[in-house]
Amino acid sequence: MASTAGTAPVAVTDIKETKDASGRRRGRVGYLLLLPAVIWLGLFFVVPFYSLVATSLFDPSGSDSRGYEMTYHVANYWNAIQDYKGPLLRSLLYAGIATGICLVLGYVLAYAIAFKAGRWKNLMLVLVIAPFFTSFLVRTLSWKLILADDGFVVDALQTLHLLGDDGRLLATPVAVVAGLTYNFLPFMVLPLFASIDKIDHRLIEASGDLYANPIVGFFRVTWPLSLPGVVSGTLLTFIPSAGDYINAQLLGSPNQRMVGSVIQSLFTDANNYPAAAALSMILMLLVLVMVLLFVRRAGTEELL
Amino acid sequence: MTWVRKHLVLILGLLVLVYTFIPIFVVVLMSFNDPASRLIYRFDGFTLHNWANPCEDPSMCEALGRSIQIGLLSTLGATILGTLAAFALVRHSFRGRSVANLVIFLPMAAPEIVLGSSLLALFVGAGFAGQLGFWTILIAHIMFCLSFVVVTVRSRLAGMTDTLEQAAADLYATPAQTFWRVTFPLVFPGILGAALLSFSLSFDDFIITNLNAGNTTTFPMYVWGVAQRGVPMQVNVVGTVMFLVSVVIVVGGELNSRRRAKALS
Repeated sequence: MASTAGTAPVAVTDIKETKDASGRRRGRVGYLLLLPAVIWLGLFFVVPFYSLVATSLFDPSGSDSRGYEMTYHVANYWNAIQDYKGPLLRSLLYAGIATGICLVLGYVLAYAIAFKAGRWKNLMLVLVIAPFFTSFLVRTLSWKLILADDGFVVDALQTLHLLGDDGRLLATPVAVVAGLTYNFLPFMVLPLFASIDKIDHRLIEASGDLYANPIVGFFRVTWPLSLPGVVSGTLLTFIPSAGDYINAQLLGSPNQRMVGSVIQSLFTDANNYPAAAALSMILMLLVLVMVLLFVRRAGTEELL
Repeated sequence: MTWVRKHLVLILGLLVLVYTFIPIFVVVLMSFNDPASRLIYRFDGFTLHNWANPCEDPSMCEALGRSIQIGLLSTLGATILGTLAAFALVRHSFRGRSVANLVIFLPMAAPEIVLGSSLLALFVGAGFAGQLGFWTILIAHIMFCLSFVVVTVRSRLAGMTDTLEQAAADLYATPAQTFWRVTFPLVFPGILGAALLSFSLSFDDFIITNLNAGNTTTFPMYVWGVAQRGVPMQVNVVGTVMFLVSVVIVVGGELNSRRRAKALS
């Protein structure tokens, strides 16, 4: 101490940690805190993903009991696309339509909560999430009852002649899309709300002062400012719906399977691991392309 | 009419909210259903039988118990690992931040079927095909809950300024005292929220679980199984109870924070 006295204030030499511009501490503690989570994700997310890639390139003539040979059999991918074009396109289409409907419904709800609910804002937000704490499968089963052939929805649509006398909803794509829309709605509402709630209300008022009618004001001010929420809500709804098969299986018809269902049965019923892995990879790549396109607009930090 | 026009958005919003509750209404109704046949899923008559005999099918309660057990254990694991990581990401700077961010973000961006089939490919490749069950489900659940915990706790931490912590340090609190008396209580609501989210994600998961469960059955897997061969109405009792419990927790939390806000002002 004696040697430093008079040259530097004691307090400065006492500080063991330095902070960077954003106020974050440097040093080893950060790594130690992060390590357990990263190891877990490394072992059970990154490594498995590698196994999936490897499995998708195995020789398809192998089997579970005889083992597989690594032959870099890229043809697995072409075969999977050829064989399962239908389910792949159907998944993207159903998920796309469901996401679109979710966006409309979710936007109305999020906007109402953010701007119109006043002191009931938090309560309404809670009510949005509450129904989704009930088991996903039990909820989906109740759609089976709501859309049943002798149910009130079908009756009402038949009375209005929107549906023929022998028309039905259950076991049709309509029921599957309805189920997807319902089950993934909160994934749309919450990010939308987070974004809309942040909008400075004065900007919307200003657009009115500048003689924009409410509709023009909405499309020129509110909508662009809510885009980060639109982007993350769309992704968070589209991704799980594209991979989902619960709705398709419980509400749809058995000959209109979605890709998730095909992957599942290739793994567990057919034991055709290479084809299942290849199909899984194709789904992942399709989703990844979409995420990247969106991330270029919003940035990952914004998405979280 | 002008009143309707003025409140149009709110009315539409409330209609959407009502829509989200329709299936819940059906679940509650069906929990009192006295079915004429197991194969037709419709309301045939009122009974309290299902509520009085929730475990009529013992395999349902067994599956339910297992789901609760897995839910609690994976919540514990994911909340601890995720909270530590969130502190690291918000409070510490180090190389490889963006890689860490990406590894944490990607599991949320991948479809469940892809996560599930990757894990299955690993377990089978590593020779664990015969041991699929409780432990492999737990491993998978901690994995997919982890990212959601990090994101939830991180947003709570990022919204906090460190003025109170600086004040504690100025008042001669040791770093440990500052952490346990100031930082932790402030972050706790975020951690609690993350834990609740984890539990419900784990409890409700079907797609990943189904691939990695072997012969073990969780509650969602039980419902899936009976959906093909006739649903016992007791699953709606479970659904109703889950709904009520979550409403009590969430509304209770909301009232609590309101009371606190009032006490502060």
